[in-house]
Amino acid sequence: MSTGATTTEAAAGQEPEIEPVEEFRARARAWIREHLPPAPEDPDDRTEARWAHERQLQRLLWEGGFAGICFPREYGGLGLTPAHQRAFTAEAEGYDMPFATNVPTLGILAATLVDVGTHEQKARHLPAILRGEELWVQFLSEPSGGSDLAGVLTRADRDGDVFVLNGSKIWSSGAYVADYAMCLARTNWDVPKHRGLTMFIVKIHQPGVTVERIRQVDGSEEFCQEFFDDVVVPASDVVGEVDQGWSVATRLLVHERMAVGGGSPYTSGRPVGRETGGPSDDLVELLRARGLEHDTGARRTLAEAHVQSLVGRHLVRRVTQGMACGAMPPPAGAIMKLFHGTSIMRRSELALTLAGEDAVAWPTDGGPGSDVGVSSLARQGASLGGGSNEIQRNIISERLLGMPREAAGDHEVPYREVPRGGGTR
Amino acid sequence: MELELSDEQQVFLDATRRLLAAECPPSAVRALEHHPDGFDAGTWERGAGLGWTSLLVPEADGGGALSRHGLSDLVLVAEEFGRTVAPGPLLPVNVVADALARRGTDAQRGQVLPGLLSGSAVAAWCGRHPVAGRRDGDGLVLSGTCSPVEAADRADHLLVGVAHDGGTSQVLVPAGTAGVTVTPMAGLDLVRRFAEVRFDEVRVPADGVVGEPGAASADVERALQVACVLQCAEMVGVMDHVLSMTIEYLGDRWSFGRPLASYQALKHRVADDRVVLETCHAIATGAARAVAAEQDDAAELTSAAKAWIGPRATELVQDCVQLHGGIGVTWEHDLHLYLRRATTGRATHGTPQEHADRIAALLLDERAAPAGAAA
Repeated sequence: MSTGATTTEAAAGQEPEIEPVEEFRARARAWIREHLPPAPEDPDDRTEARWAHERQLQRLLWEGGFAGICFPREYGGLGLTPAHQRAFTAEAEGYDMPFATNVPTLGILAATLVDVGTHEQKARHLPAILRGEELWVQFLSEPSGGSDLAGVLTRADRDGDVFVLNGSKIWSSGAYVADYAMCLARTNWDVPKHRGLTMFIVKIHQPGVTVERIRQVDGSEEFCQEFFDDVVVPASDVVGEVDQGWSVATRLLVHERMAVGGGSPYTSGRPVGRETGGPSDDLVELLRARGLEHDTGARRTLAEAHVQSLVGRHLVRRVTQGMACGAMPPPAGAIMKLFHGTSIMRRSELALTLAGEDAVAWPTDGGPGSDVGVSSLARQGASLGGGSNEIQRNIISERLLGMPREAAGDHEVPYREVPRGGGTR
Repeated sequence: MELELSDEQQVFLDATRRLLAAECPPSAVRALEHHPDGFDAGTWERGAGLGWTSLLVPEADGGGALSRHGLSDLVLVAEEFGRTVAPGPLLPVNVVADALARRGTDAQRGQVLPGLLSGSAVAAWCGRHPVAGRRDGDGLVLSGTCSPVEAADRADHLLVGVAHDGGTSQVLVPAGTAGVTVTPMAGLDLVRRFAEVRFDEVRVPADGVVGEPGAASADVERALQVACVLQCAEMVGVMDHVLSMTIEYLGDRWSFGRPLASYQALKHRVADDRVVLETCHAIATGAARAVAAEQDDAAELTSAAKAWIGPRATELVQDCVQLHGGIGVTWEHDLHLYLRRATTGRATHGTPQEHADRIAALLLDERAAPAGAAA
């Protein structure tokens, strides 16, 4: 924290007192009104200008003393509680915030670093992240891997004080504008799959790293593929222990589920996951624009979409509470994830029903249905990314309901002996 | 039901479970198939003794809640009723007790509530559609038919809405009043009794009116919300029990040398059912909270819960029948008791479509749908 450090300090040598939530809220409200611009019109803007703007917003939060509310004070955060973070987020409703910085930088990678990083790693990166100087992404999935996340083929070979990386990663969102990645690579091929992996901090823009953007069906180019050719990584950039990378990845995935589900204490501002919990205003507008206010079928279609949104909101609340109070084990997060995926599929179908021809042809200056058709092309994205619906169904049936696990050909076999098909994707 | 219960709620829930386990196992439910009331009076009074009928009534009138809002306690019982397909007029008695506790005169509360609280008397709610009426001196005369009305044949009191002079009133009509004809019906649920209630020029004196004459549409809406919250909790209880039973069965039963539970096609079906169950728990609890605290979104969440849970309850139980195989469509297996209860809950007090229409009206017509609009 730089300026505006107003958390009450008790006498030297004692624990600082935690500022009462309501006092913090009042202070945050005043600051937000004075300093933050209104929320942007396009919440999904991912242009390079927007990314630059996000870094400035994060810097603004830092300078105002409101960055990293739940991050440790030692590493530049405020060391406050999730209740303080919720108060800030509530007060920031309607204002512009570094939304895209929340996930994955703050909610996933910085959160993982807090849990398992060394003191030096945290001191070097966490304050920089909170100042908006570093954006992070995750290098986990590989072109050959699909759902088999631990089936990593990217290799890291030790050479004295450094490791040398070769291979490829894919589906990293926004890697082209990011600065660092957590990259999972194989360091030992003579042990079973999960036991030979190591997590590294990798600087993205350096010799040997090539980032290519992937054009998606809806025209977006957020996702990237990276290629590593003899990339040198210092041993001091190993996160956790060598060959213990899977436990770091597991930790990372826990943060991912919380952040994507909207339950992370490390994200600030409007929660993500609007699609399942959001209002139905867009569909109401669409229905009115098409003159269907009195059409029984259209009204019921709208009602179904709205009810599903309400259910999604209550489901997130319930499962988050269940996991927090111990009534549900951590794999219960898969319930939220699977519902999120399937409800986006259904909502897209309902929107197409309401939009009719407007989803496929519209005036050149845009129309109420123009987003519906295009976004339907990518509707399966939420059912694929972060663990497909099918994987969530495995998690729910096996880890939540205790049904027998699927047979696997890579169980207790040295990874170099595991059969691999010829496919590349 | 809420994930975190207070100590008092847990004690109450445990006592309810013990009573239902001891007195209402499936064999007892089956034995009541031809009983005219569909429930055992002794069991009902013992349940009433635990508090099944007193949670929505203030202490001053002989009732008392365990938490801030008695409805949050009562849904615990409703969910257990679903888990055990228990017999008894839980929904109508509580809807009427709630209406009397909130709007009844001293005399109505003093004369009617004690019987409902002890379990010795039964009341029926004639539903959200008012019958036609007209003023007659300082009383009302009503005519019309309500159907199906739960527990009407056994009921000592009937709570009915009356449309007259451009407004709505609620009146409490004693069973046996001249002009009231109650005709028992056959029904899907083995122990839940419904009847048709006909009002033929029935005169109700002024002291039979519950609440403000002509201004009771909000009271009818409240009754509908309480009824739907109880139904939803019960349907969720049905789903929860049936899915657990099915998962256990899939683990026990083997085919082709392995347990059915090991087949991924079945595991994925069960996972989807589990998600559906959790969504139903979530929206049922959200609706119960909203109605309990009389939030602004109580009508919206009630209808959302009913529209969401209704079809999913029957679909989930039917899927569990499929997962059981042929035994699931036999009389001897208990699955059909649950299917009957879920199907009954889905259709009464507004179908899923009617509740979807209420949601659409809230979104598009910029006003709350009146209670009678779910037609």
